[in-house]
Amino acid sequence: MSTLSRDEVARVAALARIDLTPAELDRLAGELRVIVDAVASVSTVATADVPATSHPLPLMNVFRADIPEPSLPVAEVLAGAPAAMEGKFLVPQILEED
Amino acid sequence: MTDLTRLTAADLAGRLTSRDVSSVEATQAHLDRIAAVEPALHSFLYVNGDEALATARDVDSRRAAGEKLHALAGVPIAIKDIVVTKGMPTTAGSKILEGWIPPYDATITTRIRAAGLPILGKTNMDEFAMGSSTEHSAFGNTHNPWDLDRIPGGSGGGSAAAVAAYEAPLAIGTDTGGSIRQPAAVTGTVGVKPTYGGVSRYGLIALASSLDQAGPVTRTVLDSALLHELIGGHDPRDSTSIDEPLPGLVAAARQGRSGDLTGMRVGVISELTGEGYQPGVRARFTESLEVLRGAGAEIVEVSCPHFTYALGAYYLILPSEASSNLAKFDGMRFGLRVEPSEGKVTAESVMGATRGAGFGDEVKRRIILGTYALSAGYYDAYYGSAQKVRTLIQRDFAAAFAQTDVLVSPTTPTTAFKLGEKLDDPLAMYLNDVATIPANLAGIPGLSVPNGLSDDGLPVGFQVLAPAKADDRLYRVGAALEALLEAQWGGPILAKAPELEVAR
Repeated sequence: MSTLSRDEVARVAALARIDLTPAELDRLAGELRVIVDAVASVSTVATADVPATSHPLPLMNVFRADIPEPSLPVAEVLAGAPAAMEGKFLVPQILEED
Repeated sequence: MTDLTRLTAADLAGRLTSRDVSSVEATQAHLDRIAAVEPALHSFLYVNGDEALATARDVDSRRAAGEKLHALAGVPIAIKDIVVTKGMPTTAGSKILEGWIPPYDATITTRIRAAGLPILGKTNMDEFAMGSSTEHSAFGNTHNPWDLDRIPGGSGGGSAAAVAAYEAPLAIGTDTGGSIRQPAAVTGTVGVKPTYGGVSRYGLIALASSLDQAGPVTRTVLDSALLHELIGGHDPRDSTSIDEPLPGLVAAARQGRSGDLTGMRVGVISELTGEGYQPGVRARFTESLEVLRGAGAEIVEVSCPHFTYALGAYYLILPSEASSNLAKFDGMRFGLRVEPSEGKVTAESVMGATRGAGFGDEVKRRIILGTYALSAGYYDAYYGSAQKVRTLIQRDFAAAFAQTDVLVSPTTPTTAFKLGEKLDDPLAMYLNDVATIPANLAGIPGLSVPNGLSDDGLPVGFQVLAPAKADDRLYRVGAALEALLEAQWGGPILAKAPELEVAR
């Protein structure tokens, strides 16, 4: 497996939408390299004949009766939002284009 | 007069039921204790005094009116700050949620309120439960009541320290890789991670959804059983909740206290002893095995060869799930919003700036690690392999439980280390969870019970693991070991802890 370069950490941090300072990037790159090297041992035993497990106990789909239930009060939900207007979340511009 | 904060929850419940003491008296005694020791400990992020006393008054008047109440009604409780509580700040130890007041209750909270337990407050934790020392909290360290220069464990260090220091008789923790059991071990308290699906996850701020499980943090095994029966059982709001009744946990704990384990087959996991474990931890473990043997248990050695890879699998699966779960902290609907200092203000740039400013180091490390493990080109090698290791670990457990009723190990490799000692070495921090992680990967229940002091005078924990849905076995074995050891010691382990200086 490849080792994790500083550029790769910067790329992944951008994918994860986390702004990092150059100093943070230096430090995280070093730490993550050590961690990735340590956890990479999993691939040595994970051979093709072993099925993957995503969940500890068998999962089943769960249904409930199709009966409407009250939602949370809008005012209480918006009280926790950084910004709200006219009963809605107020968010920054979503698309980059002018 | 008895100090009400020193009673077990079961004893306090008995005295409340007989109306020997009132819930207001008991709650006030704990609030006074919190005021006295919090400057030294910092177990709590929020103290909920007025509401707790109001609940206590209500319980007292209902009891006086002859109403039939829950056995734990009026017994105060502390709740880890990752469990949402309507009207009480809930931060998960993160700056990104500082000041957020949830508009709803977790199912655990609903059940606690319905049973009439005054909620004393919210306890400190590593940010989003990522850590083993509570040092990753954005709101300062919690100190171990046994030695204020040492860590209380993590992520639930606040709940464990609160219970150990008599600030609360009961607390709620959550355990994704050991966050209930490891703090219990290093503070001389009892902690139980139930079977995955045994306690509702509705209203827990999710870390890794296939691993997270809430459970009790207490000073005795019986108290854990009482709390587990209150919070456990099916919840239609959690699709992974087990739709079956819980086994009899309180009954199992009471049976265990007789100290008789005749016929119980106890497996010692060879991979979780020996090298890497502090000599004092090993010595107490060996002695505890002799105690169990003396109680009639049959001790056998079992091998779980793939446990060597559990830590690696865990630190791929957890960050992967966390990177997805924590994507909701985007600065739009709740919590912090930070605008970028330069460039266009768009949803994307605000999200990056908010998460850069709002998340601590460990959260950034794990989200980036998880995003990397899930990204194109690496998925099969990392996340895919880790999921296969999970299968291998489940098979190891299945083989081990074919020859045994419970499995045992030391809960942690060492006693509590010094604050700051491992903060700059993430990998060394991760190794604290080496014995607790396999249970989360397999979804099985685990308990930690104090089994003595190491050479350094600090408490050691003994871990018991059982097959999925057989949580009652933990309580039977845990209560038996507790009773037999307390008979040797002449009292509970916490009687050996130094008295804290009290601020007045």
